[in-house]
Amino acid sequence: MHRFANPARFLRLSTLLLPWSAGATVVLLIVGLYLSLFGSPPDYQQGDTVRIMYIHVPAAWMSLFVYTNMAAAAAAGLVWKHPLADLFAKAAAPIGAGFTLVCLVTGSLWGAPMWGTWWVWDARLTSVLILFFLYLGYMALVNAFDDPQRGTRAGNVLLLVGIVNVPIIKFSVDWWNTLHQPSSVIKMGGPSIDSSMLIPLLVMAGAFTSYFIAVVILRLRTEIAHRKIQTLRFSVAGDGATG
Amino acid sequence: MTDFFAMGGYAAFVWPSYALAALVLLGLLIASLKGLREAEATVKALESVRPARRRAQSAAKRSAAQPETDSAPDLPGKASEG
Repeated sequence: MHRFANPARFLRLSTLLLPWSAGATVVLLIVGLYLSLFGSPPDYQQGDTVRIMYIHVPAAWMSLFVYTNMAAAAAAGLVWKHPLADLFAKAAAPIGAGFTLVCLVTGSLWGAPMWGTWWVWDARLTSVLILFFLYLGYMALVNAFDDPQRGTRAGNVLLLVGIVNVPIIKFSVDWWNTLHQPSSVIKMGGPSIDSSMLIPLLVMAGAFTSYFIAVVILRLRTEIAHRKIQTLRFSVAGDGATG
Repeated sequence: MTDFFAMGGYAAFVWPSYALAALVLLGLLIASLKGLREAEATVKALESVRPARRRAQSAAKRSAAQPETDSAPDLPGKASEG
């Protein structure tokens, strides 16, 4: 892991990885959209609203996946003072927030016709809303300090505290009564969803994952550039003072 | 085709879901690309102010290592703007 702590090495690796992840995103999105809109059947109970699932469920997975990665990076940043780890969490946060927003709104759009309500304050929906606010809170906190190092440190602590929400979201449908259906893909005994729907779901999840990799690389490069700008500004200012 | 767009009567729920996802993903991508381009432009601009001094520094280091040929290179690199 420490081999990747070097920004120069990361930049070289990311140059290699970026075209592949961008290409994979395009291909998987085309296949995934075709399968979810044309290649899969309407549900026998839910009709065509089931097609919302191919956006909603991958977005929900990504909201948890991105947060878990950010929290792991936050731990690495706090323990090893790993410079890229701090930047990773900062770079990933808006993407995670975006996926969470998509998850919440598509869930509402699915709930309205199927449950008869846009929103209920039950465990699953409320805990995902809290996840969304954790993302927003992290982004606000990190940018609230003049010293970016202090900002990321405070943000890292928030991320680690907020990680308790992740298992709560995952198991909320088992622990509490809720309108939300329990897991049908990641569960004991294998998925209980037909392959004609499971395959488009997994392809869309793959597309979202490669999208995340591509965009987080772009954003990490931006963060590295910002750090560089900071040191350059500092030394230019130093020139002006001493020179 | 009309059947397809009608989504079994659920068009008002299905299409906004896809549209929102497209909007969020595209928006983030465009914003990230724009941010990267701006940051890289700033780095380039700052580095064009800087290299004079860096060259001078390494020259100073070199002349310190193998002392005194003739006059030390004068230090340009005075940043007139921040």
